[in-house]
Amino acid sequence: MARMKAHVWVMPKTTVLDPQGQTIHHALTSLGYSKVQRVRQGKFFVLDLDGLSAEEAKTQVEKIAREVLTNPVIEEFRYEIVA
Amino acid sequence: MKFGVVVFPGSNCDDDAYHAVGAVLGEHVEFLWHRSEQIPGCDAIILPGGFAFGDYLRTGAIARFSPVMRAVERFARRGGLVLGICNGFQILLEAGLLPGAMLRNRDLRFICRHVHIRVENTDTSFTCAARAGQVLKVPIAHMEGNYFCDPETLADLERNRQIVFRYTTPEGRLEDSANPNGSLAAIAGICNRERNVMGMMPHPERAVEAPLGSADGLVIFRSMVESLTRHQTGSNAEVKASVPA
Amino acid sequence: MIGTEIKITAEVAAEHGLTAEEFARVQKILGRDPSLTELGVFSVMWSEHCSYKSSKVHLKRLPTTGSRVVQGPGENAGVVDIGDGLVAVFKIESHNHPSFVEPYQGAATGVGGILRDIFTMGARPIAVLDSLRFGPLAKSPDVSEEEASRNRRILDGVIGGIAFYGNCFGVPTVGGEVQFEPCYSNNPLVNALALGIARRDELFFARARGAGNPVIYVGAKTGRDGIHGASLLASAEFSEESQQKRPNVQVGDPFMEKLLLEACLEVMRTGAVVAIQDMGAAGLTSSSSEMASRGGMGIEIELARVPQRETGMTPYEIMLSESQERMLLVAERGHEHEVFDVFNKWGLDAVEIGRVTQNGRLRVLENGNVVADIPAHAIAEEGPVYKRPVAPTKSPEASAPLVEFASTGADLNENFRKLLASPAIASKRWIFEQYDHMVRTNTRIGPGAGDAAIVRIKETKRALALATDGNGRWCQLAPRIGAMHAVAEAARNVACTGARPVAATNCLNFGNPEKPEVMGQFSEVIDGIAEACRALDVPITGGNVSFYNETLGRAIFPTPVLGVLGILEDADCALGTAFQHEGDAIVLLDGANAAVCNSGENLQREFSSSEYAKAIYGVVAGAPPAIDLSAERNLIDCLIALAAQRAIASAHDVSDGGLAVTLAESCFASPNGFSAEISLKTGQAVEFALFAETGARAVVSSSPASLARVLAIAAQCNVEARPIGKVTRGEFCIELNGRPRIRAAVESLRQIWATALEHALGNE
Repeated sequence: MARMKAHVWVMPKTTVLDPQGQTIHHALTSLGYSKVQRVRQGKFFVLDLDGLSAEEAKTQVEKIAREVLTNPVIEEFRYEIVA
Repeated sequence: MKFGVVVFPGSNCDDDAYHAVGAVLGEHVEFLWHRSEQIPGCDAIILPGGFAFGDYLRTGAIARFSPVMRAVERFARRGGLVLGICNGFQILLEAGLLPGAMLRNRDLRFICRHVHIRVENTDTSFTCAARAGQVLKVPIAHMEGNYFCDPETLADLERNRQIVFRYTTPEGRLEDSANPNGSLAAIAGICNRERNVMGMMPHPERAVEAPLGSADGLVIFRSMVESLTRHQTGSNAEVKASVPA
Repeated sequence: MIGTEIKITAEVAAEHGLTAEEFARVQKILGRDPSLTELGVFSVMWSEHCSYKSSKVHLKRLPTTGSRVVQGPGENAGVVDIGDGLVAVFKIESHNHPSFVEPYQGAATGVGGILRDIFTMGARPIAVLDSLRFGPLAKSPDVSEEEASRNRRILDGVIGGIAFYGNCFGVPTVGGEVQFEPCYSNNPLVNALALGIARRDELFFARARGAGNPVIYVGAKTGRDGIHGASLLASAEFSEESQQKRPNVQVGDPFMEKLLLEACLEVMRTGAVVAIQDMGAAGLTSSSSEMASRGGMGIEIELARVPQRETGMTPYEIMLSESQERMLLVAERGHEHEVFDVFNKWGLDAVEIGRVTQNGRLRVLENGNVVADIPAHAIAEEGPVYKRPVAPTKSPEASAPLVEFASTGADLNENFRKLLASPAIASKRWIFEQYDHMVRTNTRIGPGAGDAAIVRIKETKRALALATDGNGRWCQLAPRIGAMHAVAEAARNVACTGARPVAATNCLNFGNPEKPEVMGQFSEVIDGIAEACRALDVPITGGNVSFYNETLGRAIFPTPVLGVLGILEDADCALGTAFQHEGDAIVLLDGANAAVCNSGENLQREFSSSEYAKAIYGVVAGAPPAIDLSAERNLIDCLIALAAQRAIASAHDVSDGGLAVTLAESCFASPNGFSAEISLKTGQAVEFALFAETGARAVVSSSPASLARVLAIAAQCNVEARPIGKVTRGEFCIELNGRPRIRAAVESLRQIWATALEHALGNE
């Protein structure tokens, strides 16, 4: 039952338009960064956890990510538990 | 007198600033496209409100790289008058022409309403026609107008009297409930040390005709004209000289 | 025969929503089986959403012409002459289903779509209004906490999406209305109205001409967004499995749309543009076939040239994609570079993807191979038209038990407070402060300040007024009368600001048209709108029909939403609802001359459909108030005359919540905290006198010196004008037959009214 951190990345689904990433890409191109092929913008969350087993942490973080942090209509996520 | 209103992709108060200066104030005014590298013959520059580059990444973060901003920086360094309104203020912050940064409004929502701001310093080119302590009724319309800076910067701002406007009650009292967005020290507008660059979140260009709710914003544009007139007849005419590319 | 991956049979067609007869018709038009791409083209273009196949026969009954009408239904938006060589371009459109699936993006793209309809005609958008319907926000015996909480989330998302799109685009959201009923719980209504201004001689139409002229694609790249999105979502009922349609939701990019607006208006000034049409529902398919069909021409396009965001898209997907912020235009051959230059300046894609042809066909190629070849007219105009069975309407509510008027002892003060706190009546400030309602500096009267929004037209003395209205509860009880009220109230609201109502746009939200009772409601609503529009001289210039507003077999109340446009000759005469001066006389205008000598039972029936009956007694029953269109007309004329002659200082119509609420709102709107002292003589039940929603009435205020003039003008207009009290700084007090019935500090009432919505949303 150690203290843990969970990292959650939420990204727009690859099939969904990402206006922010697209605009940033456009700006980078005009600033001369011509090798950048694509930009997608997402969100990064850090969750401090306490009092959970590794297994419980995994289950809970996945549930939180799926039900709260992500809008399943347009976003997808991945996460990792960091000791 | 010639005002330049910068147009970034996504600016949407450019027409309003143009209307306020041109049609209401009767001054000469021109649009400046964000790709222009010069701002020839301008006496004052307005960075208008809107969502330059969609406000994607951060408000003002992409706009500051536009070629016109290099010219604006040179112009400012030579003492030219630069007024950033709302998104224009955010761009000035990102460009480092003014200190600090904007956070999301305290209640995390876009707010559009008339607020009251108190003139804290009349010793600037933007407020010289106002009375000290005068309260102006001016609208705000923003999602990210919660001004923030570190304590040293705030102390600097106070010491150098760079805080130009604060949110207050209609009677001019500082009260938390009169601060619409949670800005540090109720800051609504600040200027640089040299007093020639000012950013403010409220929209004075929306408050220049009484039938639309208020004409209190006029005093800001009048101050600019007055100050430029004084300078032009005085020694500071070189400010007008067009800035080399 | 066009090569195709699979054999297209009637079964495959059925999966695409085409009936056996419709499929046979496709085969007949083509003289062969369709390719998969062609099947896709027919399935979206002949969907209910795009073809109006169930509504067409009824819509014909609407009046659509008038001396000011430049363009009626059939183009991207209606156009009305407003003098000085200018025209107003306006239209209302629904985005209901997408807003249920994903409230924020659904509402955002709804705003985006209607804005494109306006600027594709060459008009700069100057105002947006939103008419919204949600399920109840609070838990009650009939509403679970889960349902209420979902409704709050939907409302929050919808408001956020509208704000996000409109604020960034730079168009003020100046008005609209919000209502709440349990029937909208799983089927919110999001109807967005946009208004633009153009020079009459600089309008653009979606009519291709000039064989050989280039067809140019501009704006955002094409992705797999919304394939079978708006068009099919809006053409079938919701079920559990529609959740699986989720990945098709479109994401709005208001920044891109702002660039598209500026680039389109700029390119239109070059003279190089022949025709232009936005890619909305059914994207490239509808824009290309409709432009070709309206111009009596053909169009040939090469899909390999279409800018694409994703790889490996099939012709079917490219043709049906509903990616937002895209336009298709036809340019003058030899002037393409002028088009490219402008779009390049704004950093937007502009690619020649085809040309106009003489043969009247929509020909689609992929790397030179023909994947679709269809007569354009057949797709756009020869879709199926149904005369669906119509059954007489009967709502269970209409025969429900009526409200019994409280005898003595009812705590009217307490009931009044409850009424002020009901979300339908409470202040909508929490909503409209999230909208930038001032950008473009034209908003003379914004949300919360008047019965209609007023936007001035710079460089003229004029202003335009706009209001939306529609009472679903009344339409459920009596569709025809309810629809007439929707027209009358919107027109009355416009007149309260001093403007003359001149034209209307409508958004017709209904259940499943394959159910005869739903078609019965639809048919009656059309008759009601037609009659009221004729009587009040407001022709319908456009709009949209949204069917299949049903979830799990439960239909919404029939909800026609009317947007009425008015012209105010002198913007300085604009009137708000707020009382202006202490001591001003308060006058009740009644177009029907108080000739309501209805029987007691009729009053009871009418009262049972009121907001008060619903909020206080939980009753939805009876029938809407009887409507008297000539009384409405007289009142409208009277209000316009009073404003033009500057005889009054405020005007506010009597509607939801009745006279007591109208009076209170005129107090709340005044920045000086004014109150009202009212004394009325009445032979009616107390609750009826205070809270009935009988039409053709308004409350105005005037200086004591002008009072005689007000009474004289009203008399000329055949409107009864009764002085009923005065504006004060004291308590809010309504006295009936000498007895105070409502008495409270105005500030305590204002507090309740001002914060109720935030409380309900849990956001205080």
